[in-house]
Amino acid sequence: MEPISVLEDRKNQIYRKGQDSFDISCEKKSLAGAVSQRACVFCGSRVVLYPIADALHLIHGPIGCASYTWDIRGALSSGPELHRMSFSTDLSETDIVFGGEKKLEQALVELIAEYEPKAAFVYCTCIVGIIGDDVEAVCKKVAAKTHIPVLPVHSEGFKGTKKDGYKAACDALFKLIDQNRKPEKQIPLSINILGEFNIGGETWIIKEYYRRMGIEVVAVMTGDGRVEEVQSAHRACLNVVQCSGSLTYLAKDMEKAYGIPFIRVSYFGIEDTSDALYDVAAFFEDTPEIMERTKTLVQEEVKTILPELSALRKDLTGKRAAIYVGGAFKAFSLIKALKHLGMAEVLVGSQTGNKDDYALLREMCDPGTVILDDANPLELAKYVMEKDAHLFIGGVKERPIAYKLGIGFCDHNHERKIPLVGFEGMVNFAREVHETVTSPIWDLVPRKSFNRAISKKG
Amino acid sequence: MIPKKIKTIPYTATRNACKMCTPLGAALVFHGIEGTIPLLHGSQGCSTYMRRYLISHFREPVDIASSNFSEDTAIFGGGDNLRLAIENVTRQYFPAMIGIATTCLSETIGDDVPMILNGMDNAVDDTILVHVSTPSYTGTHVDGFHGAVHAVVERCNPLTGKTKDDLKTRKKINIFPGMLSNEDIRHIKEIFTDLNTEFTILPDYSERLEGPSWEDYQAIQKGGTPVREIKTMNLATASMELGSILAGTVNQGGESAGSLLKERFDIPLVSLGFPIGVKATDLFFSHLEQLTATAMPEKYKCQRGRLIDAYVDGNKYVSKRRAVVYGEEDFVVAMAGFLAEVGIIPVLCASGGKSGLLEKALEETLAPNILKQVTVHQGMDFTRMEQAARDLNPDFVIGNSKGYTMSRHLNVPLVRVGFPIHDRIGGQRILHIGYKGAQELFDTIVNTLLQRRQDTSKTGYAYM
Repeated sequence: MEPISVLEDRKNQIYRKGQDSFDISCEKKSLAGAVSQRACVFCGSRVVLYPIADALHLIHGPIGCASYTWDIRGALSSGPELHRMSFSTDLSETDIVFGGEKKLEQALVELIAEYEPKAAFVYCTCIVGIIGDDVEAVCKKVAAKTHIPVLPVHSEGFKGTKKDGYKAACDALFKLIDQNRKPEKQIPLSINILGEFNIGGETWIIKEYYRRMGIEVVAVMTGDGRVEEVQSAHRACLNVVQCSGSLTYLAKDMEKAYGIPFIRVSYFGIEDTSDALYDVAAFFEDTPEIMERTKTLVQEEVKTILPELSALRKDLTGKRAAIYVGGAFKAFSLIKALKHLGMAEVLVGSQTGNKDDYALLREMCDPGTVILDDANPLELAKYVMEKDAHLFIGGVKERPIAYKLGIGFCDHNHERKIPLVGFEGMVNFAREVHETVTSPIWDLVPRKSFNRAISKKG
Repeated sequence: MIPKKIKTIPYTATRNACKMCTPLGAALVFHGIEGTIPLLHGSQGCSTYMRRYLISHFREPVDIASSNFSEDTAIFGGGDNLRLAIENVTRQYFPAMIGIATTCLSETIGDDVPMILNGMDNAVDDTILVHVSTPSYTGTHVDGFHGAVHAVVERCNPLTGKTKDDLKTRKKINIFPGMLSNEDIRHIKEIFTDLNTEFTILPDYSERLEGPSWEDYQAIQKGGTPVREIKTMNLATASMELGSILAGTVNQGGESAGSLLKERFDIPLVSLGFPIGVKATDLFFSHLEQLTATAMPEKYKCQRGRLIDAYVDGNKYVSKRRAVVYGEEDFVVAMAGFLAEVGIIPVLCASGGKSGLLEKALEETLAPNILKQVTVHQGMDFTRMEQAARDLNPDFVIGNSKGYTMSRHLNVPLVRVGFPIHDRIGGQRILHIGYKGAQELFDTIVNTLLQRRQDTSKTGYAYM
């Protein structure tokens, strides 16, 4: 077999711990022709805003962007489900020539009349910027006519990376909060949860922890989200931000505008979930009962899940995992969670990590681990084979790489339907990893790998 | 006989589209050519979204490169990005061909891709560069599919004369199957092999998008129509093109791969609909018998016999049942023909496609007494389809898995066929065509209806 070649221009985005000494290059736009696993600006905006279930999400452009994002995420709602519909202005050739403003306005008016959303988001796709539609003006006009907030999301695919899409979404969210802000009082002992999207009901798990701690959640952005709740977000005492960066822009804007401080957390794995809850409890130090309740909660929860985790750990100890995720923050938590299962990471990569993220990854990872920024299928396959991983943790686009190479796979992306956050999420994660890694089918796959040779001898 | 038209309020927005955008079809075609990598000239997201969409159906690696536009690219043109992308794809994959499909972005800013490629002599070393224009704001994924097939055939069969071939009396048939499943493609190949006839089928993603587990890494999975085969398509004795809408387009002066070979090289073109059901498959075989001067092998006569016997066994379970059928226009026409042949009324035939030919194609396929019970709608989305279906009391809906939401709301079963199947395993292995395909479809439909009766019955008979 020919060795898999790595593009010269990509070499400084691939780092081997213990071998290389350069700073990994990151936050660059993807190299043309490299077959990046990243999506685009639109994707960033869409994932952030999508779970707001009583809002209208209208995608302004040709049909593709709407088709490919129709109801693909496991973001649940406890009430309305308007977010699961796919709305598009479905621009055609004449619209490109004569402009899409009229069509956009007409579409908005009709949709708002029929579905009575509490707000509308209009996502600009690539060509909207090119044909010069004044989406801002159309939104204003329709807002005045329909008396609901109608917000443009400047998410033209080519104007940056997925991160710029997060920012465009945050801008829209901030507008939504700010434009309707009434001088209301702060709610005592309250927080907003940011960067949590209720995949498989994860928001509900986290909210329940806070309820038990005695903390009120004002708004979740955007899991099981509602426009009215988002509009009250300025009344919270603290913003608790999950996820690498998607909602950090909003947290910063809110800090500046309303003086609401923020902390960054992760709810994935035992350690990070506990840390998250303790950090929030510590913020409300004037109410020491909260910390007391938090300690009890963590103890109870950990006690409940430990026996099963220990049992699963027996089969997983010594197995090697490859991790490729969107935001690097998720990777930190995954590394810790894998350690709990006795597993080691051999490949860690992210689509959108920054310098600090990679510095931290370098510290956390075992020697020999390959760290990748904005990787492609060839690189991922190359290092999965070289490092002889047993498991790949990633999204749908990484799944066939794992399966074709004959190793297990765990979906950690937004399309999954199983909650992985919190203490119970850790058990779900461990079960999923165990199910796939210990499947008997790996004995049948043809690829000869080091680990299988060992296991057969044993 | 004019089919009924639906009266629905005109609606500006598309809600839950029953179509995908043009470049997706092109990307799929390029996966059906040996050693070929598709490259979308546009934003990174287009490639990634389509990869995810195709992977979720085929459950195989689907690599699609991107020229990855930035703001500068959009202002100053995408030439440099495209050239860089081509070079990088070549360095990584060593492809035989790169299939370059445009997107709404590169088309709108007016990038002259043919000129850019001409500047590269339309090749990088041994890698052939092929361009297909696929602006996402015209047509659907089906147009991108046919466009890519046409572009590849055009590029590989230049006007400057026939490819030199040692075999002067070489006889082969070109077959352009249209957007069918892996299993369908394999079945066509099996039929041609059984007829002892040489053939070139384009595209053929049946192996590349459903290969075995790897022994070693494959940058480009094995399989696909070899480029050298495509280059000798101009030596064929005839071309066969499947899809009644495609045929209609050609009749109206449109161009297809088959019509191009006919114009350039005088290769006779046989156009017919997808061979789904007994009657359509009979037609398919009768054409094959004529083209190859070979009688239908016994094997297929047996399949046909068993199929009709099964129709008899199941006739009372399906007769007068009402179905909503949707998907690509070509698919809808063929499926409606099959349903009608077993006594099921395709009460609503709907597609997101908008060729303007759907009604006519159905008129030609369905008997007048059936046709008068059929409502036809082109350019339809799933939301309006659901509204229309509600008044038509269907017993089941049949089409791709994007109709699941509709079937759930209507509380009728969904029979999954076509593309994409995102909520079941094995969508790529569904056989639709030939007697064997009809057999599988018939069994599935009958059993779906039986299961529904059983599930909704208070008694719950174990003997039906």
